[in-house]
Amino acid sequence: MRICRVDEILDNSGVCALVGGEQVAVFRVDGMIYAIGNRDPFSGANVLSRGIVGDIDGEPVVASPVYKQHFSLLTGRCLEDPSVSVPVYRTRVDGSEIQIL
Amino acid sequence: MNTRVVVIGNGMVGQRFLEQLAGRGRFDITVFCEEPRPAYDRVQLTSYFSGRTPAELNLAKKELFASAGITLRLSDPVLAIDAARKVVRSARYKEVPYDKLVLATGSYPFVPPVEGRDRRDCFVYRTIEDLETITAAARRSRTGAVIGGGLLGLEAAKALKDLGLETHIVESAPRLMAVQLDDAAGRLLKRNIEALGATVHLQKSTKSITEGAVRRQRLTFADGTFLETDLVVFSAGIRPRDELARSAGLTIGERGGIQIDSHCRTANPDIYAIGECALWQGRTFGLVAPGYQMAEVAARHIAGDGDVRFLGADLSTKLKLMGVDVASIGDAHASTPDAVSYVYSDDVVYKKLVVSADRKALLGAILVGDASAYGALLQFVLNGIDLPARPEELILNKSLNSSELPDSALICSCNNVSKGQICAAVKEGCRSLASLKAKTKAASSCGGCGPLAKSIVDGELKKQGVAIANHLCEHFAFSRQELFHLVKMNEIRDFETAIGKHGRGRGCDICKPAVASILASCWNEMILAPRHAPLQDTNDRFLANLQRNGTYSVVPRVPGGEITPHKLIALGEVAKKYGLYTKITGAQRIDLFGARVEQLPHIWEELIAAGFESGHAYGKALRTVKSCVGSTWCRYGVQDSVTMAIELENRYRGLRSPHKLKMAVSGCTRECAEAQGKDVGVIATEKGWNLYVCGNGGMKPRHADLLACDLDSSTLIQYIDRFLMFYIRTADRLQRTSTWLESLEGGVEYVRKVVCEDSLGIGAELEADMQRHVQTYACEWKTAIETPEIRSRFRHFVNSDEPDSGVAFVEERGQPVPA
Repeated sequence: MRICRVDEILDNSGVCALVGGEQVAVFRVDGMIYAIGNRDPFSGANVLSRGIVGDIDGEPVVASPVYKQHFSLLTGRCLEDPSVSVPVYRTRVDGSEIQIL
Repeated sequence: MNTRVVVIGNGMVGQRFLEQLAGRGRFDITVFCEEPRPAYDRVQLTSYFSGRTPAELNLAKKELFASAGITLRLSDPVLAIDAARKVVRSARYKEVPYDKLVLATGSYPFVPPVEGRDRRDCFVYRTIEDLETITAAARRSRTGAVIGGGLLGLEAAKALKDLGLETHIVESAPRLMAVQLDDAAGRLLKRNIEALGATVHLQKSTKSITEGAVRRQRLTFADGTFLETDLVVFSAGIRPRDELARSAGLTIGERGGIQIDSHCRTANPDIYAIGECALWQGRTFGLVAPGYQMAEVAARHIAGDGDVRFLGADLSTKLKLMGVDVASIGDAHASTPDAVSYVYSDDVVYKKLVVSADRKALLGAILVGDASAYGALLQFVLNGIDLPARPEELILNKSLNSSELPDSALICSCNNVSKGQICAAVKEGCRSLASLKAKTKAASSCGGCGPLAKSIVDGELKKQGVAIANHLCEHFAFSRQELFHLVKMNEIRDFETAIGKHGRGRGCDICKPAVASILASCWNEMILAPRHAPLQDTNDRFLANLQRNGTYSVVPRVPGGEITPHKLIALGEVAKKYGLYTKITGAQRIDLFGARVEQLPHIWEELIAAGFESGHAYGKALRTVKSCVGSTWCRYGVQDSVTMAIELENRYRGLRSPHKLKMAVSGCTRECAEAQGKDVGVIATEKGWNLYVCGNGGMKPRHADLLACDLDSSTLIQYIDRFLMFYIRTADRLQRTSTWLESLEGGVEYVRKVVCEDSLGIGAELEADMQRHVQTYACEWKTAIETPEIRSRFRHFVNSDEPDSGVAFVEERGQPVPA
C-alpha cells in the first residue's frame, strides 16, 4: 500500500500512516525507511511516530515521546524491557513513493 | 525414534521448561494448556490494569514452537493420566502416548468456605480471563473488597484501585502479609497503604456474603460487624493443582502438592512435576524463581544429565505493593535460636536485620518503605558473606560495594545470573543495563536486582578504563557546558554539523534535544525549521504539552498573570468550541487540555487573533513570571510588582535554557508571589528590588538565595540578564538553577562575584547575548501557522484526515477527561 512521498517525511523523523485500519509509524532515518506499530505499549497512546529517532549501540531506534523507552526500528523490540515489543512492517521505496508491504 | 515428551500446563514454569528442553536433544513435545492463550507473564498480571495488553504479557515465542517441533494444544485440559500404559487423555484427544510426562499444572486460588462465595460479582484473581471479568464488573461498581491481605491480596487491591474503585482489604490475621512481615512492619505497611486511599480491615474473618442494603454485597464478619461492597475478590492464598497426579496414584503431600525428588521426579520415574504444583522436602514454592530452577532441572534430567539437582530455593521477595516498597528476606521472624535483631524505624520506613548469635551471618531481613538495601542484603544471605563489625550500618544507609562480591554471587535470582556472568557480558560488549538485560536476562523479571546489576556493569566498565564521565551520551564525549562552547565559538548552526565535527553515530533522544536547546539559546532560530524539528523533545516538537492519551494541552502566555475580561472570554470560547478541559495552573495561567494534534493550528489561529501568544509551557524555557497585585491596589504594596513582572516576562519569553525557568515578583515583603521558590525571585523594598536566585518548588524544594539588595530597575534587569546567560552557558543538561548552584564551587558567593562584580570580565558579553535574544524573539505559534510547510506537520496521519481513533473522552464534573 502506498503511504506518501519520501519528501513528506523530514529526514530523521517519523509520520503516522493509516494502513488498513491500523496505525503504522513510518520513519526516515538517513535515507532509510522503517515502519513499526504506532501504539506505545507502555502508555497505550498512538504516538511512537512522534518520537526522536537515533541509534543506540548502532541499532536504529525511536524513543517513545511519553516515557522514553527505546524501540528498535529493525525488530520492534523495547531495549529497556525485551519482553515488550511492537509490530514491524516491511517497507519499499518505489521511485519517490513509500509503500508498506 | 525421538523421545515423546508431554507437558501438562503452559504457564510461566511450563514455558520455561520448553525453552530449557529445546536444543538439548531430539524430542517430540506436546503441550496441553487449559487456558485459551499460551504462557503469559502472571507476575506482571496487575500491569494489565495499567494498560498492558495480553499480547504484551505473552511469553510464548512462536519461533520456539516452530523450531523445536512443539505441538501446543490450547483450551484442551488433560482429564486423566494412565501411568501404566503411559498415555494421557485430554478433552479433545482420546490417547496421547508419552515417554516422559511433565506436570506443570500450577495452582488454583484458594476460596475459603464462606457462605455466598459463589454469588455474582465474587471473583478470584489468577488468569487474564479473571481480570477481564473483574474489569467488566468494575464498570458497574463503585467499591471493591479483596479478601486476603497477603502478597497476592495486595496485588489484587492495587488492581481494584487502578480500576478506580474505592478499595477495601479484608484480612483475618492481625497484620498484613503475615508470612513475610512482623507486627511493626505490618503496621507501617497498613498506614502507608491507607495513606494511598485504600481501607484495611484486620482481624476480620468473613463468615458470609449476602445481598447488601446500600451496595450489592454485604460481607458479614465473625465478630458480627459487616462491610458493604459491589464486588469481591478472593485472594486468600493458592493451593497446588494436584488432582490429576492424585488420581494417577502419584504420592501427594498431606496438605497437597505432588511429591518430587531432587531431580523433580514424582513417585513414578517417568513423570516429573515442576513449579507451584510440586512438593519438595515438604515444601511448595509459590514464586516463579524456584519454578524456573525446577524447569531447568527437569529439562536437563530428561535430556540425560543425571547429576543435576534442585536444592531448594530462597523465598525472599521484593515488591512494590500499591506504591509501597516491601521486602522480606530469609528468616524474617527471627525464628532461628538465639538470633539477634536490629531494627530501625520511623514514620515512613521500617528496616529489620536478623543476624546469627555471633553477629557474623545475616539470617533475614524486613524492609518496608525503602527497599533499596534489598539487593545487597540478599547477597549476604545467599552467599554467606561475613557481616561488617557493625551490622546496623547496613540498614542505616551504607550500600554494599558490588566490587566486594565474589564472582559466584547470585545477582538475579529470577533468571539465575551470577556476578561472573554479568562481568563476562560487559567484557563481551554490554555497556548499559538495557543491553545487559537483553543479553543475560538479568533484572528482566522482577527487576529487584536492577540497581545492583547496574553498579556491577559500571564497576566493570571503570575497570576496563571506560570513563563514565559527564559525557552527554554515547554520541558526544563532551559535557553540555563543553558542547555549548563548541557551538558558540565555532558558530555551529545545526545538529548535523555538531555531530559530524564533534560526535559520532546518529544521535539519540538525549543529545538531540540538548543540542537543539543549545542552538536555540545561541542563535534563537525557529525550533521547528526543517533542520531543527526532528531534534526537539516531545513537547517542543508540537509546541504543546503531550498528555498520557496522546492529546496535547495548550497554555497561552498571560504575562504576570494579568488578563483582560475580553481575553478571558476568548479563552473560554476556544475551550468551548474545541471541547477542551480547562484548569488554572499554579503559575497564574489557564491550561486547555485534550487538543488533538490536528486541532492545534486552528486553536492557535483563534488565540492569536484574540491577542495571545505562545506561553512556552512546552519548552525548557522561561515559563512565567508570577506576581502579586502590588502597590496599584494592595494597601501594603511598596512597588508595582505587576508592571515589573510583565516587563520581565516580555523580556525573557522564549529563552531556551538547560531546564525550565520560573520567576516571580512580589510587591512587598509579605511575598504573596512566592518569589523565593523560583529560579529568579524579585521582592520589592522601600528603596527598590531585592533579587533572589536559584529557588525551587516541586520535588526538592529550595529557598532562593539573596543575590543583591535594593536594586533600581535597570540594574535589576542587568543582573538577571547576566545571571540567566551564565546559567545557560555552564549548567548541565536538565539541571535546574538550584542544583546548578549546589554544584558550583564557591556557591552563591561565586555567582555574586560573576554577576554583580563581573569578576570574569564577561558581563558585557552575557548582556549582549541576552540583547540578541530579546531582539530576535518571535512567537513560535505565529510562525508555525503562517509557514505552510510547518503547519502541514500538524496532523495525525500522513495519508488521511481521520483523527486518532485511540483518543476518547468521558465527562467528569462537567468537563471532558481521558476515557
